[in-house]
Amino acid sequence: MFDWKWDFTWEILPRLVYATGNTLIAAGAGYVIAVVLGLMLALAQRTPSRALTFTVREFVEFIRSTPLILQIFFVFYVGPQFGVRLSPWMSGMIAIGLHYACYLSEVYRGGIESVPKGQWEAAIALNMTTAQKYRRVIIPQAIPPALAGMGNYLVGIFKDTPMLSVIGVAELIHTANAIGSENYRFLEPYTMVGIIFLAISLPAAGLIRLFEGYVRRKLGL
Amino acid sequence: MGLYDFLAQYWPRLLSGAGITVAQFLLAAALGVAISLCMGLMKLSQNALLRGAAVTYIEIFRGTSLVVQLYWIFFVLPLFGLTIEKFTAGYLAVGMNIGAYGAELVRGGILSVPKGQWEAALAINMSPAQRMRRIILPQALVNMLPPWGNLMIELLKGTALVSLISVADLMFEARQINSSTFLSAQVFGAALLIYYVLARFLVTPFMRWLERHMARKLGRT
Repeated sequence: MFDWKWDFTWEILPRLVYATGNTLIAAGAGYVIAVVLGLMLALAQRTPSRALTFTVREFVEFIRSTPLILQIFFVFYVGPQFGVRLSPWMSGMIAIGLHYACYLSEVYRGGIESVPKGQWEAAIALNMTTAQKYRRVIIPQAIPPALAGMGNYLVGIFKDTPMLSVIGVAELIHTANAIGSENYRFLEPYTMVGIIFLAISLPAAGLIRLFEGYVRRKLGL
Repeated sequence: MGLYDFLAQYWPRLLSGAGITVAQFLLAAALGVAISLCMGLMKLSQNALLRGAAVTYIEIFRGTSLVVQLYWIFFVLPLFGLTIEKFTAGYLAVGMNIGAYGAELVRGGILSVPKGQWEAALAINMSPAQRMRRIILPQALVNMLPPWGNLMIELLKGTALVSLISVADLMFEARQINSSTFLSAQVFGAALLIYYVLARFLVTPFMRWLERHMARKLGRT
């Protein structure tokens, strides 16, 4: 292409590969937080307490309706104002984990609601406690229908990690910015970042679909 | 400084930022809808070339991150002699990104129209263009409007990223005020609230109204 320099591309590649590692760690850690917290948010909306359900519901709506990048800034800058200093990684993981937890809570909710009523009644008939009911009957059946949504948000969280660059997490875009301003060349770093994203997210989406099919077959669905 | 005093002092800047955000939202939405329609129809075309073009477009824009696309359009395209002003680059990137997601909704919507409708249109001797415009698309539109509501919220949130290329939107103004005053909780809190109000009390009600309006027009209420 026009002015594409291959030697420069090879020269910056190790730095980009290293940053890809950071991007994957950020996405992975954020996702783990989101998976756990999301389940808690979903279950919190199923308690008998109307006030709790309402509060959690509105909170989820609020987080889902506002930009992640703004939430990242909020977590990063508001802490120090009250004497809590969080590192960029910490605040980034909290913000992105919380944001996706809210999305995942909706996915779980759909999954839980898809469990037939007879299963609940059967669990009650067996004299299970609420915790047993969820752990042994409801959640195992709620996860398979939720898998597609969960997989999409795993790819989603990966594609949203560039927003962490704004508070200085050294992921792909942050590194590309640095390379670009050191060398006054933006063509190769940004293009390579785009290619790396494609090279990861397209196979990942395919793998997730395969995995989903595998789980469904395993469960005889 | 309390939120009230803060707003009394800084509301003009937040308001002008919100104005830019709304302008970016409307332009990106118009572009996104046009691209969705175009790419959605192309993906269903008989012509392999058109189909291939649509698939490539959709996979590239869905497989990479909006931040990467934004930087590429703003920083790399000028190297090819195509310099785009930042305001334009902003809504262009957001609109093109949303268009790729919308294309799948359009495709799904069209495929959800029952086969009998296609055959009926054929039976009364309509040309393919007439059939699409007068029979298929109106019904497809009603079917796909609910997910479009979610996509419009994503679009609104996406516009916050144009602040990264210094478009003076709400996010940008919030960052500016934050860096000169360090009143992080107030400024980011106010910005979160404004985004929430835009999403919850303007975008969502409008999309709900549109759903009802279109359903009524098709006599489906």
